[in-house]
Amino acid sequence: MRIPCPFCGERDVSEFAYHGDTAKRPDPATDDGQRRFFEAVYLRDNPAGPHRELWYHAQGCRSWLIVTRDVRTHEVLGAALATRGAA
Amino acid sequence: MRYSLFSLARQALRGHRDWQPVWRDAAPQASYDIIIVGGGGHGLATAYYLAKEHGIRKIAVLEKGWIGSGNAGRNTTIIRSNYLLPGNEPFYEWSMKLWEGLEQDLNYNTMVSQRGVLNLYHSDAQRDAFARRGNAMRLAGADAELLDADAVRRMLPFLDFDNARFPIKGGLLQRRGGTARHDAVVWGYARGASARGVDIIQNCEVTGFVRDGDRITGVTTTRGTIQAGKVGLAVAGSSSRVAEYAGLRLPIESHVLQAFVSEAIKPLIPGVVTFGAGHFYISQSDKGGLVFGGDIDGYNSYAQRGNLPTVEDVCEGGMALMPAIGRVRMLRSWGGLVDMSMDGSPIIDRTPLQGLYLNAGWCYGGFKATPGSGWCFAHLLARDEPHPVASAYRLDRFATGHLIDEKGQGAQPNLH
Repeated sequence: MRIPCPFCGERDVSEFAYHGDTAKRPDPATDDGQRRFFEAVYLRDNPAGPHRELWYHAQGCRSWLIVTRDVRTHEVLGAALATRGAA
Repeated sequence: MRYSLFSLARQALRGHRDWQPVWRDAAPQASYDIIIVGGGGHGLATAYYLAKEHGIRKIAVLEKGWIGSGNAGRNTTIIRSNYLLPGNEPFYEWSMKLWEGLEQDLNYNTMVSQRGVLNLYHSDAQRDAFARRGNAMRLAGADAELLDADAVRRMLPFLDFDNARFPIKGGLLQRRGGTARHDAVVWGYARGASARGVDIIQNCEVTGFVRDGDRITGVTTTRGTIQAGKVGLAVAGSSSRVAEYAGLRLPIESHVLQAFVSEAIKPLIPGVVTFGAGHFYISQSDKGGLVFGGDIDGYNSYAQRGNLPTVEDVCEGGMALMPAIGRVRMLRSWGGLVDMSMDGSPIIDRTPLQGLYLNAGWCYGGFKATPGSGWCFAHLLARDEPHPVASAYRLDRFATGHLIDEKGQGAQPNLH
C-alpha cells in the first residue's frame, strides 16, 4: 500500500501512522454534548468501501493527511492535506 | 454415529465404506425459535449449547459461505486464559475449562493439546506486571507460574537469552494453555448441533432484518425470508455490516490480522511462546510447521489480506527472539478480518432492538473463547439475562465508562 503524499509524492505505508476515521470533534457546549462525544469517540460507521481516514506522515513531512481508501481492496483513491474544515 | 475404538475397528474391518457425513446440510424452513447468524466456531457453539443446555428445539445457523470459512479457519489455534481484569479472566477461565472437557462432551477429536503458553518478560518492570497478572489468574481459579531465566532456558535453550537490547529474564507460564485443531472445533460443534436438530444452512447470506416496530422478527436472506423469535449475531469481522441492516452503529472497527506458517520441521518448540518486547507469538503444529503471528496491520480493512511491512515486522520479532528460525522458509501467510472493539474486549449482550442479540468485538482473540462464547451467548439468548462470567461484556459499557481495557490504550482500536 502506497500513499500519495501531497508534499513527498507516493510513499510506502510504513512511513505513515494511522489514526482512524475523520470524525469531527463535537461541540461540548450543546445540551446533548455528552451523547455526541460518546458517539464521536466510541462509535464507528466502519463501512466496507471507500473510507475517509487520517494518516500522519511521521517518517516524512510530518503532515496530517486525509486519505480516501477502499478498505475492501486497499486501493488508495486520494490524499489531501488535513486542514481546518477539510474533514 | 458415536465415535469409539469399537466403531473405528468395525469400520476398518468393513473397509471404511459406511462413514456418514458428520452433520446435515439443511435447507431453510419458514420459521425458527432462534436464528444464529454466522456459522463459525462461536455461532455453531452457541447453537450446540442452546440445544443441549437449554433444550431449545427449532434453531438455525445461517452461514453466507461454508461453515468455518472465516476466522475459525484463519486463526493460530491458541487456547489460554491468562488475562488480568476481573471482567475478562473468569470468562476465559470458564472457556478453558470447557476446552478441557470438550472432546468428551462432543465425542469428537478437537485435538486439544495443553502444551503450555509461555509469555516472556525482558525487564524488572515487566516481571512485576506478569507476577500481578499471574496472581490475578490464580485468584480466578486458573494456573500460572512465574519462571526465572534458568527455568526458561531449560525449556527453550535456543532462545536469544543474552540479546543486548531485550534480554530474556523469565516468563509467565500457563501449563493448561496450548492449542486445538481449529477446523475440528467447527466440525465437532456442527456435528453435535446437527445431531440435536439444529439446521445448519450454508450459502445463505443475511441481507436484512424483518422488523415489527422496535422488534426484530426475522431475517431476509439470499435464500428467502425466515421468521424468528430471536436472532443472534455471531459474525465477528463483519459485525458492523450486519448490524447496519438493523440501523445500529457499533463500537467496532474491522481490521486485518495476518498469520503465517513455515515449512514443516522436526519438533522444536514444545508449547506456545510469546515475545514480550515486541508482538510475536509462535507454536509448532502437529504437522511440524511453525505457526506464528504478531500485530494487526493497524488500519481499517475488509480485504482478508495484509501488507508487507507487517510481514517484515512480525519476522523481525521472530528473529529477535529465536534467530534459529531464520533458516526456515515461510510457506504461507494469510489474513483474517477482526472486530476491533474500542477497549479490546468483546461484547455479548442484548441490543436496543427487541429480539436482536449481539456477540461481537473479539479483536484478535476469538478462537480461545469459542466454547465460553457459545456457552454464554446461548445462556443470554435462552434466558434473556447475561451469564455471570460474561456480564461485563455489555454493549453500553462505552457510554457508562465501564470499559475492560486490558492494554489501557483507550478508544484507538489499532493499538489494542
